Amino acid sequence: MKKASKMTFLALSITLALILSFVESQIPAFVAIPGVKVGLPNIVIVFLLYKVGTKEAGIVNALRVVMVGFLFGSMMSMLYSLAGAVLSFCGMALLKKTNWFSTMAVSVTGGVLHNVGQIAVACLVTETAQLMYYLPVLMISGVIAGVVIGVAGALMVKRVPTNFM
Amino acid sequence: MNKRDLILIGGILIVALIAFVFVQMNQEGGAYVLIRVDGEEVEQYSLSAEGTYPLNGGTNILHIEGGEAWLTEADCPDKLCVHQGKISKTGQVITCLPNKLTVTVYGAEESVELIS
Repeated sequence: MKKASKMTFLALSITLALILSFVESQIPAFVAIPGVKVGLPNIVIVFLLYKVGTKEAGIVNALRVVMVGFLFGSMMSMLYSLAGAVLSFCGMALLKKTNWFSTMAVSVTGGVLHNVGQIAVACLVTETAQLMYYLPVLMISGVIAGVVIGVAGALMVKRVPTNFM
Repeated sequence: MNKRDLILIGGILIVALIAFVFVQMNQEGGAYVLIRVDGEEVEQYSLSAEGTYPLNGGTNILHIEGGEAWLTEADCPDKLCVHQGKISKTGQVITCLPNKLTVTVYGAEESVELIS
């Protein structure tokens, strides 16, 4: 029974992440630089990382990126997000493991690394090294996004119970 | 938030700031724009050659006027490349990720061999 409830919870988590991706896709871009966004689905990932486990959070994250790519994006956008998501997730998981930082620093690192991964792949795909010129702006936007997600994620970690699993 | 958080976040911001200053210092007036599609250099236009040019078979429209280049049209839904505005300094770039197209400004001394 425990296994079933855990699986259901993770399935709901993916659903929530998908809904948040959709919500985010409806927010018009306010800066004309590709990659500047809040990263709402990361709330779910931060929450899972703290309350369920690294493995589960990683699986949900990977499935979310692939599904969002098929639903709202293209093969290209999926590639960019995947690069960002993998780098961001590894960074967050490592940082969390040290136990030195709070959810805030973990999600800020996630936000920044997501943008770094994405711009690195964009540089490779377009073979235009000058895209790195976006990096400072993307890093700062990653920090801001990370703070927002960190606040929301910490609230969820505090309030949503997972003791039924 | 604890002290380590602040140090980490502060560190990231400092790196971003240094990168920003570095980028600003390396910019000067450009001479021409180079169009890349999918990593291939397909076309170049002088920034003094005023006019409107369809790129990549018409998916994006480039306009050059007064030493500045910008995209006026794109076939993608978000039109981020159009909103990226005018570029004229070396290293500045307009990106259209859906079409894998970039427009980069180069200086006169940077010559690029075009494979046609």
